[in-house]
Amino acid sequence: MSKSSKKGVFSKIMRYIGRYKYLLALSVLFAAVSAVLTLLVPVFIGDAIDLIVSKGKVDFAGIGAILLKISVIISVTAILQWLMNIFNNRITFNVVRDIRNEAFRKTQVLPLSYIDTHPYGETVSRIIADVDQFADGLLMGLTQLFTGVITILGTLVFMLLIDVRITLVVVLLTPISMLVAKFITTRTYSMFKKQSEIRGEQTAFIEEMIDNQKVVKAFSHEDENLEKFGKINDQLEKCTLKATFFSSLTNPGTRFVNSLVYAGVALVGALLAANGAITVGALTCFLSYANQYAKPFNEISGVITEFNNALVCANRVFELIEQQPETLDDAGATELENVCGKVDLESVYFSYTPDQKLIENLNLNVKPGMRVAIVGPTGCGKTTLINLLMRFYDVTGGEISVDGKPILSLTRKSLRKNYGMVLQETWLSEGTIRDNIAFGKPDATDEEIILAAKAAHAHSFIKRLEKGYDTVLGEGGGNLSQGQKQLLCIARVMLCLPPMLILDEATSSIDTRTEQRIQKAFSTMMEGRTSFIVAHRLSTIMEADIILVMKDGNIIEQGSHDELIEKNGFYAKMYESQFI
Amino acid sequence: MFKLLRFMKGYKKESILGPFFKMLEVVFELMVPLIVANIVDIGIKGNNNTAYIFKMSLLLVLFGLIGLTSTLAAQYFAAKAAVGFASKVRFALFEHIGRLSYTELDSVGTSTLITRMTSDINQVQQGINLTLRLFLRSPFIVFGALIMAFTVDAKAALWFVIVIPVLSIVVFGIMLVSIPLYKKVQGGLDRVVGLTRSGLSGARVVRAFCTENRETQEFEDRNNNLAETQKFVGRISALMNPLTYVIINLAVIALIYTGAIRVEAGVITQGAVIALYNYMSQILVELIKLANLIINITKSVASGNRIQSVFEIESSQTESGNAVVLADAGAIEFKNVSMKYKGAAENSLQNISFSVKKGETVGIIGGTGSGKSTLVNMIPRFYDSSEGELHIGGVNVKDWDTEALREKIAVVPQKAVLFKGTIRENLLWGSENATDDDIYFALETAQALDVVMKKEDKLDHLIEQSGRNLSGGQRQRLTIARALVKKPQILILDDSSSALDYATDSALRKAIAESTEGMTVFIVSQRASSVMNADKIIVLDDGEAVGIGTHEELLATCDIYNEIYHSQFKKGVEK
Repeated sequence: MSKSSKKGVFSKIMRYIGRYKYLLALSVLFAAVSAVLTLLVPVFIGDAIDLIVSKGKVDFAGIGAILLKISVIISVTAILQWLMNIFNNRITFNVVRDIRNEAFRKTQVLPLSYIDTHPYGETVSRIIADVDQFADGLLMGLTQLFTGVITILGTLVFMLLIDVRITLVVVLLTPISMLVAKFITTRTYSMFKKQSEIRGEQTAFIEEMIDNQKVVKAFSHEDENLEKFGKINDQLEKCTLKATFFSSLTNPGTRFVNSLVYAGVALVGALLAANGAITVGALTCFLSYANQYAKPFNEISGVITEFNNALVCANRVFELIEQQPETLDDAGATELENVCGKVDLESVYFSYTPDQKLIENLNLNVKPGMRVAIVGPTGCGKTTLINLLMRFYDVTGGEISVDGKPILSLTRKSLRKNYGMVLQETWLSEGTIRDNIAFGKPDATDEEIILAAKAAHAHSFIKRLEKGYDTVLGEGGGNLSQGQKQLLCIARVMLCLPPMLILDEATSSIDTRTEQRIQKAFSTMMEGRTSFIVAHRLSTIMEADIILVMKDGNIIEQGSHDELIEKNGFYAKMYESQFI
Repeated sequence: MFKLLRFMKGYKKESILGPFFKMLEVVFELMVPLIVANIVDIGIKGNNNTAYIFKMSLLLVLFGLIGLTSTLAAQYFAAKAAVGFASKVRFALFEHIGRLSYTELDSVGTSTLITRMTSDINQVQQGINLTLRLFLRSPFIVFGALIMAFTVDAKAALWFVIVIPVLSIVVFGIMLVSIPLYKKVQGGLDRVVGLTRSGLSGARVVRAFCTENRETQEFEDRNNNLAETQKFVGRISALMNPLTYVIINLAVIALIYTGAIRVEAGVITQGAVIALYNYMSQILVELIKLANLIINITKSVASGNRIQSVFEIESSQTESGNAVVLADAGAIEFKNVSMKYKGAAENSLQNISFSVKKGETVGIIGGTGSGKSTLVNMIPRFYDSSEGELHIGGVNVKDWDTEALREKIAVVPQKAVLFKGTIRENLLWGSENATDDDIYFALETAQALDVVMKKEDKLDHLIEQSGRNLSGGQRQRLTIARALVKKPQILILDDSSSALDYATDSALRKAIAESTEGMTVFIVSQRASSVMNADKIIVLDDGEAVGIGTHEELLATCDIYNEIYHSQFKKGVEK
């Protein structure tokens, strides 16, 4: 990330944190006070030790007073630390919550083109994993960065107050510890990178092969796989060993430097104490500082890495949050009401990407109540047509109108509400069967819901489920078969029953008997409604009022079944091919 | 977990040397406060002992150096043992999974196996590495400090005896309380992930029904819930630092006061008090490390047990001692075969009998769950029959050498899967020695030639993991080609044209019929048009064969076949 973009991300983060500025201010204040108080303790302990000189030279009254002071200090410090921790938690998790809520809200208004072109996993990982990573960095930054800085500065001041010479020893030697840490980290970075590359490769291989172990067995490919796996595994072993060993050197390395500092302080301090320049207590105090002085430095460098990481992650969420939403409805957009179902497409042009033309000059006039079947080979643009009718995508040229009103002049919601849609992908939401049927009409009564289920021929299978309409469906519809899910999707539309229908027939995974039921359900639904049906089944196609034959984005033939057979064109060929 | 330790065998030396060097490091670290005490008592208070101070400081450096060396040795041995162990386990586990039969794969589930292979093994590796490195260090420091304190002064050391258990209770207690809460947080997070994913995959439906606001509301409810749980856990773990800080410092206060009394009584020196104070400071850090280590080890042991339980799954299929290898496998006979899946209540296939001659084409039709796939999956012995016998080439499949049997059979599974690699590499799965000509011939038959020809680098075109850069139809045709490259004696197409449109499907069937002379072909389908030209059609309903015969015979005799056929070809037949 460049410096300026880092700044940009940082100021965006600050906008979220800003909502909790009072908490943040208190947290910073408490951090500062508790850091200073923590540093005071060794000083007082040093003083106390100075009062324990030798037999007969122990000042109990003085010691008692000092120990009392220490008790007060540690109590206050503990309370401040505890409050600071709680505040930091609250800030972090509230910020995370706010960002996630905003990101999810954005997914609900993103143009379909974004959702279609970005893998769900990627968007999910922006909202979940990236935000988590960001939270870790933020929490660590809040708790350690400020305390660390204060501790370093405070220690320096306290040490200077006691003795400049020993302070010099500490200040001059400590940076070596950071150099050692830095040296090791930079050297091991490439090893870790290599390790994670190979591990990634191996994980991909494992996922692919184990996920499809049945295919592997069908082709007796186990031995070849094992050989390939062994090779990757050996590579991984080598570089993991390197990465693990070298990275584990950081602690011993810095610990050794620390022991050098310690020895240095002991030497200089003891010499000074022997001459009476400082007290033994001051030396103890110094030794305890020397032990701790390097710690905040190492912590801060950890925080900085973590924080950089957090910025990158935050940036990825912000990219999502800042995506352009679907264009707003026109200012003067009207509600579509009392629809009869006349749909016209006039010289419609559309393409997903400018350089790949898809639909060109498409014209179609559908009278109210007509059944339109759309047929054609895979990838010919059937789904695209549905996308345009529902305004999931907008035309790049020409016009679509409903009842004579151009759909661009209508509110999206009212347009979509007038279509009932059953897609091949049977998406159900998490919740009970009842919730799912009432998806478009949450205030529906039980009678209405059962009526809709009956009309969709779904009632009988729902009744047989242990919990009936209260059966909870997990993510993706749980244990229901594909056909049963499809029936629920139909029931969902049945309950609202808008004046126009869009049906994408699912055939591949449904057995014949369920299919017949679905057919019946479809027929009931289509009664008197303008319907667009992406059709695979001959019976549906032949019952349609008009058949659109699509190929490569164009409607190459349209007419009734008999007309098209007579024409002996592409449709006729497709039709014949079933009987070879 | 302990059974897994067999993989440590080659690393005996490392697993002893690692902890040994670690111990050495601890011993030298524990000497430091004593040296400091001596510096104070002898160097400073003794008369002008500059030389002594220099000597002792040098000793501190020397101890540091020895400590560093032993740590390096310890880290190296620990890493070597842990990494080597994990690598061996991983390889053995992968090999073991390769030996499992379909039945075991079904009952364990592939996602479980993947987790065992990846994160569980990594967890164990980390656990072993940490154990070898730290498990001896932290307890040694804690108890070492305690013992050293006793050598300094037994009375003052009593405070150590009190503080160590109190600190342990606080540290372990807070961890024990917060672990289940963190699980709750994870559960909450899973629910938020679920809604996010479902919000994306259901975008069209949500917008068609205009329920965006409701979805958002639900997300925010769950997300807020998650944040509340996180804050609650945070409040508990926020206690850790302040509490331990208070305890250790109270102990220091007590120690100094006791020290003062003991010095006054002339039992110990000022330097000894300093030494005691230093020992006390060492305990806290190590106790926290130890607590973390124990959590880590618990996790690793759990992972290790999960891995071991996979090793303990035995393949349910056994091969007979003198397995048969036959040249000719074309003829197949099912003799009263019934099949029940493991753990299922009812038979999935019931008393199936039929025979197929070499070179015949058999169609299998029926609804979802009627047993079509089960039937064909028994031919390559993916599953064994629970009753009855299945003969291939006149020999019971259980007497066949399984690998030799599968060499003669090519299956195009329902789920069209390709693997990362070039198109050529994928097609060579069928037969390593196939030439490009063989491949192109297979592609042509499978109607997949255009898929390859459209790619710039033809057969060298790279397919991504699981073939996700191809459409379902393209994948399906390539998997058919892969099976054809094998030039099998038996070809099984398990509903493998579902993603193809009717025109391509029919062209495919025609091409297969023409190019598979002498090959026994099984076509599983839900489409009557796919099977109607077969030599023999088997109609399955709920695991039973309700009709066996040609298209005409079945139209005349089998109700279910009629039902299926007419639902798909309404009135069309008369034409």
